[in-house]
Amino acid sequence: MSSRLRLKHLIILSVMTVLSACASQPADQAARGEVFDPYENANRGIHKFNLGVDRFLFRPASKGYVKIVPDPMVTSFNHFAENISLPGQAVDYLLQGNPKQMGNALLRFVINMTVGGIGLSDPASELNLPPVDTDFGETLHVWGFGEGAYVELPFYGPSTTRDAVGVVVNLFSNPINFTPTRPADNLGVYAEVVRRMGDRGRFSDTVDSILYESADSYAQARTIYLQNRRFELARDDEDAYLGLYDDPYAETGTDPVRDPYLDPYEDPYAE
Amino acid sequence: MPSNHLNRRGFVATGLAGLALTALPLPAFAQTEAEAKALVVSVVDDINRVIASGKSEKAMIRDFEKIFVQYADVPIMARYVLGADARSASPSQLKQFTNAFQGYIANKYGRRFREFIGGQVTVRNARKIKAGYEVRTSVKLQGSSPFEVTFLVSDKSGRDKFFNMFIEGVNMLLTERTEVGAMLDARGGDLNRLIKDMKQNRLS
Repeated sequence: MSSRLRLKHLIILSVMTVLSACASQPADQAARGEVFDPYENANRGIHKFNLGVDRFLFRPASKGYVKIVPDPMVTSFNHFAENISLPGQAVDYLLQGNPKQMGNALLRFVINMTVGGIGLSDPASELNLPPVDTDFGETLHVWGFGEGAYVELPFYGPSTTRDAVGVVVNLFSNPINFTPTRPADNLGVYAEVVRRMGDRGRFSDTVDSILYESADSYAQARTIYLQNRRFELARDDEDAYLGLYDDPYAETGTDPVRDPYLDPYEDPYAE
Repeated sequence: MPSNHLNRRGFVATGLAGLALTALPLPAFAQTEAEAKALVVSVVDDINRVIASGKSEKAMIRDFEKIFVQYADVPIMARYVLGADARSASPSQLKQFTNAFQGYIANKYGRRFREFIGGQVTVRNARKIKAGYEVRTSVKLQGSSPFEVTFLVSDKSGRDKFFNMFIEGVNMLLTERTEVGAMLDARGGDLNRLIKDMKQNRLS
């Protein structure tokens, strides 16, 4: 018991250390939503490593998995992984001061665990229960921590210093891991790997086009991750959400005052 | 008399322009939320029709390009994607790039149509935003939870057209600007070479 308490303190301490030790982005750049990537060289090295892991291990394994295992079963395993993460998400909602979503996460878990047969199906979604999707990175966001620097994690992929802390904490924060009777240690982690294989296999064309067909797969992965993450976190914040939109009509200069190089009478539609 | 002649020509030109305006399928400069939504519904319907046609991949990609040109403000999109390089480009380079860009987009996204077979798009709501109209849709593909695809629509081109698309917050124009920037870097900033490679589909 005392060792677990000490572990918790250790985690909190290391979270604080990591977050405060990281390089921070000037506020004006952060406000414009620019990419902050001070560790680009190291990140590109890890990206190369991750590409190798994908090409020789993860991609073939995933394609084999969705080929051999029937589609409904892949969906079932996805549901299972999703469901087993719900108690951990409930903890995160609690820490975010969001008891309503915490209740939704627990309700989903109970319904899927019972009616849904240990979570292999998702009756909670069929009942149109509100969707839940959170993690400790979001908790840190709610607590006021900024995004931090972009990092690519070995085996895991794109993240930020803040979200990387979240990933590590979430490895330990799911109450499922502390139940007296559990089928296997770290079941949630294995389930998550299987779920990721399902997605990698199912959307292999899309993922392949990003990783292997783009001119700079590192830059593509970085921009896609950051945009998607900012969108997820801005969901309940109207100003932040609208801040994600830019106006190409303003930016690329249909406005001659803004853009002195533009001929105001030029007609882009003229043949 | 020269002035009389000019007047008559002016009259004919004005008459022709009026005729052209009434021939436009969508009323110019009269955009509403309902029209923005209707535009996205038409795009989705047209794409679904192509996917269901069972044509060859090549023929489908040609159809996707037609849909893209019909419903999207391609010139402004191409310009945005080029970013700062659009300013140093000549008008003819811009025109050629716009043309190459529409083929590139149709090919890149069109080749993945298989993932959308059996999928369902629900056009949810439209609202006014600063840059035009935002139309949110929900896409449900087989075996995955629904995700959000948002279209931004504007009439600044003179007609209702969409000018950007977001998939779960991932901004198509911004992502393509990163990609096109990298493609330009790989060619030493040579826009003509990029246009040529794009047209011959020799990228990456």
